[in-house]
Amino acid sequence: MSPSRGSAAPRRPPESSRLGTEIRLAVEQVSYAYASNPSHAPLFTLEATSFQARPGEIVAILGPNASGKSTLLQLIAGVLPPLSGRVLLNGSVIHSLSPRTRAQRIAMVQQESRLLFPARVWEFVLQGRHAHGGSLRFESRDDMLIAQNALIQVGAGELRDRWMDQLSGGEKQRVVLARALAQRPLLLLLDEPTLHLDIAAQVGLLDALRRLSAHNHYTVIVVTHELNLAAEYADQILLMHGGRCLRVGPPAAIYRRELLEQVFQVPLKVEMRGHGRPRVTILADS
Amino acid sequence: MRPLTFRKLVFECFFLLVILFFVVVVALKFGAVPVSLYALGRDLLRVLLGQSSQISSDYGLIIQNIRMPRIILGIIVGASLSVAGTSFQALLRNPLADPYVLGVSSGAALGAILSLIAEPHVALPPAFGALLTPLSAFLGATVTISAVYFLGRRKGQIESNTLLLGGVITASFLSAVIVFLMSTVNSSNTRGMVFWLMGNLSTSFQKSIYWVLAGGFFIAAGVIYATANDLNILLAGEKEAMHLGVDVRRVRFVVYIAASLLTGLAVSVSGAVGYVGLFVPHVMRLMFGSDHRTLLPTSALGGAIAVVVADTLARIVVAPNELPVGAVTAVVGAPLFIYLLRRRFA
Repeated sequence: MSPSRGSAAPRRPPESSRLGTEIRLAVEQVSYAYASNPSHAPLFTLEATSFQARPGEIVAILGPNASGKSTLLQLIAGVLPPLSGRVLLNGSVIHSLSPRTRAQRIAMVQQESRLLFPARVWEFVLQGRHAHGGSLRFESRDDMLIAQNALIQVGAGELRDRWMDQLSGGEKQRVVLARALAQRPLLLLLDEPTLHLDIAAQVGLLDALRRLSAHNHYTVIVVTHELNLAAEYADQILLMHGGRCLRVGPPAAIYRRELLEQVFQVPLKVEMRGHGRPRVTILADS
Repeated sequence: MRPLTFRKLVFECFFLLVILFFVVVVALKFGAVPVSLYALGRDLLRVLLGQSSQISSDYGLIIQNIRMPRIILGIIVGASLSVAGTSFQALLRNPLADPYVLGVSSGAALGAILSLIAEPHVALPPAFGALLTPLSAFLGATVTISAVYFLGRRKGQIESNTLLLGGVITASFLSAVIVFLMSTVNSSNTRGMVFWLMGNLSTSFQKSIYWVLAGGFFIAAGVIYATANDLNILLAGEKEAMHLGVDVRRVRFVVYIAASLLTGLAVSVSGAVGYVGLFVPHVMRLMFGSDHRTLLPTSALGGAIAVVVADTLARIVVAPNELPVGAVTAVVGAPLFIYLLRRRFA
């Protein structure tokens, strides 16, 4: 971790100036059903879900395992076709865009699969430029600059020439984020980005996200299990349970003891802190 | 941080082309009948000057009608198998994939051997009779590839591991059938069958066949090369590739068909030459990196070099007899592959 990450409270511009006014992402009554066989009853369903997000906004999707968080993220990413409803990004239906156009507007950070052959960090980040060039194209100077900048933005500039398989978990996650930034997206999707990271790396990553969404007006959607980090960094919380979206709203409105206890099935305590963001304490059975 | 440039690509290909040229010259020189380098150079010059008629007849016969066609066949077979191997490795995200492992070569060998068994019993016009074996081999390869493709499909999607295992099982099943046929069917042509099983380049074909092979190679390899950047991304994983803007379904379908066609073309004229599609891409990856924009053309050239060298060895090691070229590629290829593998991880 670089020392600059250590600064305690992330500096935030006032809410009104930070968030854009227009709606960038509109999820409209989106539902999905998954069955192993079309003639069988579905194994999993996502009931109609709606929410909206503005430029610069961070939305956290919370919920226990198998509550439909990742499915919802895949639907927003456009790689799954919704059963009904639609997802609009700046007015166009995401699922009907070509994979290339989609990748120019939406970037996804997820748990990485193993690399088959070794690659340098800069080569890996350049993959983010794929959707912006033809299939047979050679990388331009612009691509190199964008990749380089993306690495610097996540504080990983010095990792440029390292091998991907020699990075620590936190370094690797930042490089993966840099690849997503190199796509120059409007919408940044993250699937449990803090999994396997130590606490400093988790905070570092979320600080970086906060900074980036403010400066570049990315709309960020993040699926996470970290209740307190979500409360600290998200502008909006989507609470999922059993394939249903229970509530959408700012953390202070969602973090109610009864609601969270019902969803997560653990006794817990919710305190409201000075800056209007709640904190959750899990109470061990006694 | 130095990205791939067109100049670098051309330079690397030129380097391999020079090696291929020397290999071809050596392959022309060596054989059961020795030919001096001087005579070779003189004849080459005469061909270039359009004075082919001045070439002395016995040398000319050996060079033009025996060795050169065989070398050209070796170049096409080697290039096709290597490009197919590279493509299958990227497509299935598995460094062990190659036409031989996927059972395609065994399918072709079975087709060829069936035709050798049937040949004496059916009366065919001689023009078609000469093509019977390669056509049967091509048919065998096509049927096997389709069978393995359907074995590897689950819920309408290709599953790499299932496909690879399906290929391995198919290959061992087909080998068993071949051994069964060879030990039960009373045929005068057992030696011919062994050659198909191990791969050989000694069959000579009409000129038009070479044009068909070369044309097929350039079309299929060109189609694969057009997806070079997509294949690079596919190596990072299918889900990631989707999010990075690769039309995974289309790329997989197109490359699978093209790589299968390359394999079918190669095995229909040479039988099951193993290891080329496996080790050439790996050697090229270690030399030039795993970027498919470089890897595909360098693998094609490297494969051509490897097969021409192997075939030359096959011709001269036990001269005036011959080894099947597949035996040479296996004997040389397997230890080389192990060495490279160990050095990589040392």
